[in-house]
Parts: sequence; C-alpha cells; structure tokens
Amino acid sequence: MLLASLVIVPFIGSVLAALLPQDARNRESSLAIAVTVCGLAIGGMLLPQVAGGEVLREEYAWLPAQGLDFVLRVDGLAWVFAMLVLAIGLLVVLYARYYMSPADPVPRFFSFLLAFMGSMLGVVLSGNLVQLVVFWELTSLTSFLLIGYWHHRADARRGARMAFTVTAAGGLCLLAGVLVLGHIVGSYDLDAVLAAGALIRGHELYLPALLLIALGALTKSAQFPFHFWLPHAMAAPTPVSSYLHSATMVKAGAFLLLRLWPALAGSEEWTLLICSAGVCTMLLGAFIAIFQSDLKGLLAYSTISHLGLITVLIGIGTPLAIVAAIFHILNHATFKASLFMATGIIDHETGTRDLRLLSGLRHKLPITATLAIVASAAMAGVPLLNGFLSKEMFFAETLLVGGDRNWWMSVAAVVMGMFGVAYSLRFISVFFGGPRELPRDAHEPPHWMRFPVELLVLTCLVVGIAPGVSIEPLLHIAVLAVLGEQAPVYDLAPWHGFNLPLAMSLVALVCGVLLYVVLRRHFALQQRERVPLLHRFNGASAYEATMQQLTRAAEWLLQRIGTRRLQQQLLLIMLALLLVPPLLAGAPPAWTAIPQQDFDPFFAGLWAIGGGCAVAAAWMAKYHRLAALALVGGTGIVTAATFLWLSAPDLALTQLMVETVTTVLILLGLRWLPPRLEAMATQPPQRVWLRRVRDLSLAIGGGLALAALTYAVLLHPASETIADFFLLNALSGGGGSNVVNVLLVDFRSFDTLGEITVLSIVALTVYALLRRFRPAPESACIPPQQRFAADPANRQTPAEQANSGYLLVPGIYLRLLLPFMGVIAVYFFMRGHNLPGGGFVAGLIFAVAILVQYMLAGTVWVEKQVHLRAHRWLGGGLLLALATGLGAWAFAHPFLTTHTAHVNWPLLGELHLPSAFVFDLGVFVVVVGTTMLMLVALAHQSLRAHRLPGEEAPEDVPADGSDTTGGRKI
Amino acid sequence: MELTLAIAIGVLFGSGIWLILRPRSFQLITGLLLMSYAVNLFIFAMGRLWVDQAPITATADIDPAQFADPLPQGLVLTAIVIGFATTALYLVLMIGARGLSGSDHVDGEEPRE
Repeated sequence: MLLASLVIVPFIGSVLAALLPQDARNRESSLAIAVTVCGLAIGGMLLPQVAGGEVLREEYAWLPAQGLDFVLRVDGLAWVFAMLVLAIGLLVVLYARYYMSPADPVPRFFSFLLAFMGSMLGVVLSGNLVQLVVFWELTSLTSFLLIGYWHHRADARRGARMAFTVTAAGGLCLLAGVLVLGHIVGSYDLDAVLAAGALIRGHELYLPALLLIALGALTKSAQFPFHFWLPHAMAAPTPVSSYLHSATMVKAGAFLLLRLWPALAGSEEWTLLICSAGVCTMLLGAFIAIFQSDLKGLLAYSTISHLGLITVLIGIGTPLAIVAAIFHILNHATFKASLFMATGIIDHETGTRDLRLLSGLRHKLPITATLAIVASAAMAGVPLLNGFLSKEMFFAETLLVGGDRNWWMSVAAVVMGMFGVAYSLRFISVFFGGPRELPRDAHEPPHWMRFPVELLVLTCLVVGIAPGVSIEPLLHIAVLAVLGEQAPVYDLAPWHGFNLPLAMSLVALVCGVLLYVVLRRHFALQQRERVPLLHRFNGASAYEATMQQLTRAAEWLLQRIGTRRLQQQLLLIMLALLLVPPLLAGAPPAWTAIPQQDFDPFFAGLWAIGGGCAVAAAWMAKYHRLAALALVGGTGIVTAATFLWLSAPDLALTQLMVETVTTVLILLGLRWLPPRLEAMATQPPQRVWLRRVRDLSLAIGGGLALAALTYAVLLHPASETIADFFLLNALSGGGGSNVVNVLLVDFRSFDTLGEITVLSIVALTVYALLRRFRPAPESACIPPQQRFAADPANRQTPAEQANSGYLLVPGIYLRLLLPFMGVIAVYFFMRGHNLPGGGFVAGLIFAVAILVQYMLAGTVWVEKQVHLRAHRWLGGGLLLALATGLGAWAFAHPFLTTHTAHVNWPLLGELHLPSAFVFDLGVFVVVVGTTMLMLVALAHQSLRAHRLPGEEAPEDVPADGSDTTGGRKI
Repeated sequence: MELTLAIAIGVLFGSGIWLILRPRSFQLITGLLLMSYAVNLFIFAMGRLWVDQAPITATADIDPAQFADPLPQGLVLTAIVIGFATTALYLVLMIGARGLSGSDHVDGEEPRE
C-alpha cells in the first residue's frame, strides 16, 4: 500500500486542489506542498530497503484475464527518479506560489501540476510495461493541459497541441513497441522483460520493437528530428517549463531507455539509432540556443542539447556511460530548474524575457544575478560545479567510442561544449552592461520565491566540489539497479590530474568564450533575430505544414466520398446492409427441415391486410399524411395480432398499447408540418424516374433478402439457447409463471433498469427540445379547420365542447371510462407476474386512460382538475426500481437480487409478494411518466402557439388557452 | 405460416426502405415505423413459430420444449417500448427542424438543383 499511496496521493491532491476556491492561492500551494512532502516522506521510508539493493513490489489485479497486473516496482533507478520528481516538484510548487498571479485560475494550475506529478511517479514506478505506457500518455496529457494553461493565448494553444501531437503519437508507438516486446517475452512484467535481454536481442522482431520504443522515447525527450515541440512548449508558465520541460518529463524518454537498457541495449542497432539521434540533437540544440532572443527559448534549446548529450551516453551504452548519463540527468535537473526559475524571476520582475532588451540586471537583482551566473557556469561545465563532472565523464566516454582512429565523436562533444559555453555567456549577458529602460522597475523577489533557486544552486556547488560525499551514494543506488553486476568502479572527483578529458573541457571553455566574443563583436549577436544557416530547417513549420496537409487531405476526402445529404447516407447504409452480409457469411449449414406450422388462410389474410397497409402507407406518406398514419397503424395492429397468434400475449398487449400512443403522438406532431410542395419542375423527369427506380429496386431487394433470411431461419431447427433455463427457473426461482415478465423484472432486471433509464432520458430530452421549440411562422396560427366561421363549435373551448357542446354524449362516456381503465391497468399490473401483463403494459394503459381525457376536454380543463407532474413520476419510478435493486445489498446479496415473500393475509389467504413486484411498480411509474411527459409537452405546443394568433386568424375567434394559465408547463 | 410471415416481414421491410430513402421527414418517420415492425417480427421469429404455447409455466415441473422461446419475446418487448421512445424523439426533432429551417426536407433545406 505504501508504493500505491506514492502514486495515488498526488492524484487525490489534484482532485482536492481542483475543488478549492479560485482565490485560495495559499491553501492551494500548501496542499501541493503537503502532498509532495508526504511523497518525499514515503520515499525516505523506502530508502533503507532500496539502498540495500532490494526490489520492492506491490501487485494489484488489473486485467487478470489478460495476464495484466497493476504492478508498482521500486528499485534504485525508480527510487532516484521518484525522489527527483518529488524534490524538484516541491521546489517548483513553492516557487509557483509566488510566480502565479492572483488573477490566474490557480486551482486549475495546482490540480494539473499534481496530476502530472502522479503520472510521472506512475511512469517511474510501473512494474508493468502496459501500465507504464498508460502513465506515459497521462504525462503527455497533463503536459498538454499545463502548456495550454493560459488558453486565451494562441501560442499556448499551438504549443500545447504540438507537444501533445508529437508526444502522444510517440506514446502510441511506444505502446506498439511494448506489445511487440510483450509478444517476444510472453509477459509485460518488467522483471520478466529485463531478465530476457538475450532472448529479445536474438528475436527477429527485435528491430521493430527497438524502433517503436525508441520513437516513443525520442519524441518524449525532444530528440532530433522531434525536438521542435519543446521550444513551443515554453508558452507554459515558467514553473511548468522548469518542472516538466527541463527537469522531469522530458527525462522520461531517457528514463525509459535506461529502464530498458538491460533488455534492449548492446546491439549495433541500439548504438547507431540512439547515438545518431543524440549527436544531431546535442549539436543542433546547442547551436540554435546561441541565437535565441528569448531567455526561455535559449534554455529550451539548451535543454534539448543536454538531453541529446544524455541520449548519446545511453546510446554508447558502456557501463561507465550509463553512470555518466544518470549523473548528468541529476545535474541537469538541478542547474536547469534553477535557471528556469531565475528566468521566471527576471520575467516576473522586469516584465520581459527578451535578451535584446535586458541588460545590466546585476544592479537591480544582485542576488538573483549571482545565483543565475553560478547555475549558468554549471551548465557551461566550469570546474568545481556539478555540470563539469558529468561533462568530463561524457568527454572521457566519447574518447572510447571511436578507438584510436575515429575521433568524430570527441570532436562533436567538444564542439557541443563550446556552443554550451557560448550560450551560457549569452544567458548571463543580461546581468552585465548598462541598465536599460524596462517595462517594469525590477527589484529582488520575495525571499521564498528565490529560495528554491538558492537551494538548487547550492546543490550544484556541493555536488561540484564534494561529489564523493554528496551525490555518490545516490548515484550508486541507481547505477546498481540498471547495471547490476556490470556496475563499474568509478571515482567522482573534481580533479583527476591532467588528462585528455580535462584538456577537452578547457578547449571547449576557451573556444566557447572566443566564439561568443567573435559572434558578439562581428555578427551582432545581441540583436540577431534568426539562427544562421539553420533557420530554414524549421521543424515546427514542417509540423504545421504536415498538419495543414492532413487537414486538407481530410477535407478533400470528405468532399469526395462524404455527403451531408441524409438520403445518400441511408442509401449507402442500405446498400451495405444488402451486400456486405452475403460476403461475410460462409456456406449455409446443411438443410434439415423441421416440422412447420400448417398454412392458415386466416393468417395469410391477416397479412394480406397488414402488407397491403404497409405498401399503401409507403405510397400515401407523400400525399396524405393522416391516411398514411392510419395505414401504418393498421400494420401495427396486424403485427400485434401476429404476436398474439404466435404465443406471445405480452408482446401483443404491449404492441397494441404502443401503437395507440404512437399514433396519438404523431397526430399531435402532424399539425406542425407544412403542406406538400407540388412537384418542382426544375428536375428533369428522367432523373426523377431513375432515382425512383433505383430506390424501388433497393427496397424490393432488401425486402426479398430479409424475407429469404427469415424463411431460411424458420426452416432450420433452433440452436441451443438459454431459453430453457428461463423456462425451468421462472416459477421456482423467480416466483412467477409468466416467463417473459419474470425475464424482464427478475432475470434481466438490470437490462430493464437501463431501459427505463433510457426512457426517462428520452422523455426529458423531448421535453427540453420542446421548450425551445419555435414553430414555422405559417403553422403558428390557428389552422383553417378551426377557423371555419359557420361551425358554432369553433367559438367554444374544448372543455365547453365536451361539457355542453356537441361532444356532450361522448364526454359523459369517456369520463366514466377513466376509473374503468384505471382498474384495468391495475388488473394487468397485478397479474403480470403470472399471466400476460406487467409494468410496461399497465403503464401504457394507464397513460392512455389519462390521454383520453386530454383528447376529450383539452389540456387546460384536464390540468385544472388534476396536477399530473410527470417529472416526479419519472424520478419516483427510477428511485423505486433502484431502491429495490439496492435493497438486495441490505441482505448481502448482489444488486437486484429478488426475493419472494409468502405472506398470510387475513381474508385474502396466502399471497406471494416478490420484490420484483416493487421493481415492476417502478417500471410502471416510469412508463406512465414518460408517456405523459412527452405527449403532454407536445400537446402544450398548441397552447403556446395560439398565443400568437397569426395574421390570417380572424379576430373574433377566442384564442383558446390564452385566457387561462396559458403558458403553464406540465 | 412460416412462408407467410417471411413474406410479410419482407414486405414491411421493403416498404420501410423505400420510405426512408424519400426526401420528406414524415416519410422517414413512417419508414422507420414500418422497419421497426419488420425488425421486431424478425427478431421474434428467431425463436421459431409456436401456436398456443405461450411461455407461461403453470407448474415448476415442465418440459421446456413444449413452450415458445421467451428470450426473443423479452428482447422484442424491450425493443417495442424503446422504439416508441425513439419515435417520439425523432418526431420532436422533425417538427423542431421544420420550425427552425422552414422546410420538412430531411436535409433541412430544399434541394438546390
């Protein structure tokens, strides 16, 4: 649990931070500090075991069926990285407290930052490769959110998008690579993979796996040719740049390469691939960094260059190179984080980061200047600072690569060192020279804002002067974890006597100073805007161009093969439905005829009517909507009769009631449709006929196909299904003899719960859509049928018509019908468990009973008599069903387990009361609520519309409803 | 019986296809209604046809082969009710689109050709 809490606590902190109020800058940062300190404390507790070379593991079942466990694994390397993430995180959080402006949405910032911390710890501590990729992508995501933190700025959005596209694409490559690796080894467990190095390198899939994993690592670590995203990520707030984009996240690529070093390294491909990417990156980054005019841009390119250096070391892959790589990761994190923070202070205090404007800051910011100068010296590799030590180890390693004859690597290293000195000088040039007019009057920042920088610079010094006592033990822990028995003997000391690496360092230093002076004197370095030679090779614009091409290609493709026309889409879907299944289906099974039902002329007659209705409806839908609707209803009734005939009484009842309600529903909608447009003469008749012939043949083809399929199925014996289980257990297990009902409210009640939820959602959607409904102007006024002046009924409200007008007789009968229908609904509900009926049917019957009253006397009258709050029915029904399901928990049974109680009631005798009954009651209530909500909302549109009588409406016609509560909602 | 039902399903489905390829939104809703009958009947028929053998078990001790298949019936019952809800949703979209666009063409505008 200890390891898990290390990962979980930051995420919990992230959620908490997001919930804090906008202006709680202090509480936010205290929370973040507490989270980080907690992590550091846990890390400290692990130290004794880790230092002893132990590998700590915690496993949780994740996808046991796939052989995947959630494994947290801490060895030396993971521990050192985790502590790096946490320690720098602590300083960054402290710094950010002062850096962030109170006007910024601070909760979001700390929330994202803590989420990033959790993801990064997840990457570092993963003991399972798939899990590692998941956290890897999470770091990409949180990095995206943090870069885009100031999302009102276009450069932040662009930078965030670019970083995310590149690193997430790399992450996908990594996932593929990890899957290949898992395929080779047979397990995703890190320990298993690390132990299978020889197997992996000998496998034929080694190269693809290596390439894919390297793609993931190189994109993340901003290596050439993917380096371009990092400078654009500098649009993030400076604490983010300092934390993610120099000290930790970009090191994830290096971490991964180190992590998998025992499994993947040691081949020529490894050295070639990783080294060449690293060399290009380190030279390119260092060169471009010299010519940056933005302080953060300079640091970004310098970060790229240093990452390149680390990559080269890992590519070289000798044990000593690995030591140097880990050492440089730690050193770079300290001096680069402090430099970023110093830049943030300069930006914060002067209001600009432009190297062309800044000058003479040592007068205004003396302490910050000193700190930044020391940190830059560490970056340049000046002796007695930590950067010098790891750089010297790097020089020593490059000497070994080419042997005695091939010196190119050493030359590249010295050149890179030289560039490094030049851009470090460029960086500190802001502190020298005469003071200039700046956007803000600068003075030293609050002490606690500078404190992280002080601490980091102090670390640089201590490590630089006394590496043996300060960093060596830490380094040893990590080195041991990567190299195991191959761990070399090395000696960290600032002075090894005069040797070749020292000479290289000195050459780099001297040449770097000379280069800087020459550039500044003769090439106007201070005011340069473009990188010489290389400004044309701009990765970012290549990326943008690619993205634009992709968008254009997608648009082109959409225009060519896509359509916004519904008819075309449906045509394609229908064609596919007709053509694809025969291609997919194999040979039909052998023809074993089963006994058929006898031909029944009545049944055939029934369907002659039903089919005739359908065809006629297809014909009439264009000319006469009401007729078409009636015809469709005819087909529906024949369908219901078919269900009844073929032993499905429940279906028949439901179909019949749904048919009724649907018809009423569509009748209510018909009023809002426009009259038919007469055929337009613009289209040539041949095309119209061609289209009709095409559609007709498709319709006939589809109909024939489905008929043939149905017939083929009906001729074959049914396969074994779980139907028998339901039939055998309905009475004994479910306590009801109507198997279909027991199926719905007991065996598959979770399904039904989902269904009534869908019903409620649809009802609410319909209601919400209708609230915003605006009818077309020409259908807003009272329809002509109601404006017929000779008809006395049109001066009466519907209620008057029913109470004293021409509807008096049906009015009396239909009102009497209400209690009868209510009783019928109760009857069907009560018997549902044993005989055809149940919540669905009863709900629909009850809804129809109320609907009849609406149809008779109008909305206004009915709602004066009863307040039917359909929303509450919906909520109540859902709650009832849910409570029944949850009730099972009280008896330690799974959700929705049912129980039948047998109760002896006086007079009634023994009654069995299944809990499914209560569930069914919930279904009933939801069905009533849904139906009423939808139909009544639709009916109310007429009332609303009548408030705007329209121009043609005669003035003497009272707008029914306008004199009452009118707009009252149900 | 089987042949009758198969032909009936085919006729309903064919009429439905014809209607959903038409340009007016009312034709589309009619087509969807007809298609849903066809599909419901099709799913129902997957349990084969049974006459006078409703799945109502009076006693616990029964022979399952003597009863209609309750599973497609349960599924179709759900489908009927959900079909009603989607029809309502489509109807509201239909009249809403007509109110917004002034046209009852399925694309929300009269064809330009």
